[in-house]
Amino acid sequence: MKTLFRLFQTTLFLAASLTSAVANAALDIEISGGGAQQIPIAIVPFDQAAAASQDKISDIIGADLRRSGLFRVLETGGVASHPTDVAQIKYAEWAALQAQAITVGSITSLPGNRLKVTFKLADVLKQTQLASMEYNIAPNQLRLTAHKIADVIYQKLTGEGPIFASRIAYINKSKGRYSLQVADADGVNPQTVVSSNEPIISPAWSPDGTKIAYVSFEKKKPIIFVQSLTTGQRLTLANFKGNNSAPSWSPDGSKLAIVLTHSDNSQLYAINADGTGLRQITKSGAIDTEPNWSPDGKWIYFTSDRGGNPQIYKVSSIGGEAQRVTFQGGQNLSPHFSPDGKSLAMIRRDGGKFTVAVQDLSSGQVQVLSEGAQDESPSFAPNGRVILYATRTGGRGALAAVSSDGRVKQRLSESGGDIREPSWGPLLN
Amino acid sequence: MNKSILNKKLLASLLVAMALTACKSTPMVDKPADVQDKSPSAATAPAQPTADNNADTSGIKEVTIDSKAGNSPLNDPNNILSKRSIYFDFDKDTVKAEFRPVVEAHAKYLAEHGSAKVILQGNADERGTREYNLSLGQRRAVAVKKSLNLLSAQDKQIETVSFGEEKATPNCADEACHQANRRVDIVYETE
Repeated sequence: MKTLFRLFQTTLFLAASLTSAVANAALDIEISGGGAQQIPIAIVPFDQAAAASQDKISDIIGADLRRSGLFRVLETGGVASHPTDVAQIKYAEWAALQAQAITVGSITSLPGNRLKVTFKLADVLKQTQLASMEYNIAPNQLRLTAHKIADVIYQKLTGEGPIFASRIAYINKSKGRYSLQVADADGVNPQTVVSSNEPIISPAWSPDGTKIAYVSFEKKKPIIFVQSLTTGQRLTLANFKGNNSAPSWSPDGSKLAIVLTHSDNSQLYAINADGTGLRQITKSGAIDTEPNWSPDGKWIYFTSDRGGNPQIYKVSSIGGEAQRVTFQGGQNLSPHFSPDGKSLAMIRRDGGKFTVAVQDLSSGQVQVLSEGAQDESPSFAPNGRVILYATRTGGRGALAAVSSDGRVKQRLSESGGDIREPSWGPLLN
Repeated sequence: MNKSILNKKLLASLLVAMALTACKSTPMVDKPADVQDKSPSAATAPAQPTADNNADTSGIKEVTIDSKAGNSPLNDPNNILSKRSIYFDFDKDTVKAEFRPVVEAHAKYLAEHGSAKVILQGNADERGTREYNLSLGQRRAVAVKKSLNLLSAQDKQIETVSFGEEKATPNCADEACHQANRRVDIVYETE
């Protein structure tokens, strides 16, 4: 047992040292745990001569699937054949490797500096084709295409919706400067959307993924901006007297729920996405904040301490009486809906620790998914299977993710950075 | 136990290695916005010449710009007005009795100096969510404002803002550190 373990260690160390020479991604991802039954899959390296300078597409697909915790990606180097199409697959070879599924593919050049990516997924035991896709792309869309292929495999073999072809937003505090950044869901390709010497908090993706609303303290008080990711254009959404904070988009993208302190205390308001049509939603003597719009558009869930301690309440999105939603735990804050509207991720405070919890809205059942002690900002992946959140480790902020069943955990960190306020964006087209 | 932790670490390093193999692709965010404070600072503001009948026009008159007037009671360390912070209990906005004298002194100063204005900056410790702490800092600032109002300071002299936990000393190891972060600072507009 001990010997086996040491061997394992050596192999991994080698892998790490070999690849560090080409290190480029700013966000590193660690994973722990796994599904009860991981699907063994062989991802045969694509014939990639037409895009030889780019990352290996099979590596990107494999990393996505492995990160989900639901797949065991098999080492294919020892297999003699190297199929790039279904007709070339010698199933016995892959059955011997105990693969349940196999993917093959190729990348070829098209006129006008385009690439054609073909991909096939086959069932090794039944020897049948499960999926076949062809993509005509610009060379800079190869990574995105790899994530889309990983999504096809994931959907076919797990029955869950797509997740990999998406992006995350977060705040990176480095050397006293705050940057709102956007990266691919695998932590690769981080890009700065806006940066400032004063704090930036609460980034929120528009439902179509083209804009991000956020709160900036650049004028020495919290003001809400909406910024286009394609043009960089910034709109001052709310700059009223007092604080302007906690933006949350309506599911159709036409409005945002926000928090203002017009009447001294934080209260919920709705405002059109162009900054017009301000309307008050809650009227209480308490703190009402952290609104989150339900996917059906009918409700706004929010945090309020009207009962003495912060708990989650809901109010009709056109206003009215609020109803309490959470009853367990000393405090419950930061409600965030799952995409299907059936469950709510939140931050729970119990015994002095802040942890991520998820509540089934029909049964009221609650599951605590993280250890804390200072976890915050939970948001669901586009398919609802993973919750991304902020945690603290070694005195610095890092991002973490947990599968909604609590089995698989990931941690994303950047060397030297202090990362917080993550938000998982919608799927990319 | 140790083994499972080590195992986790090893698995982690493999995945880190895999993430590291990735390269940058073409930016999807075309134009990042860069926020810089463009407001003119006091240092660059031109000094206004003053009309003075007794001015000696043959020489150069020296103008000293000093926003913190030396003799102001606000800055006299022996005067209670130099105390500018009110501290709060965890998740509370009650102005405690020990800070009454400070609040009363500032209220009296504001009542006697009708043109004086203050900004009350609310803060929270780092525990809890950022948005809730922003609201909590605000409520603390409002609590101080109401105390000042009751003691005759006028509404128009007082502005409240909150920094939430954004200006808090991070990674507090003890309660004293958290305590220092849970406060409202009284800042005079001339400062």
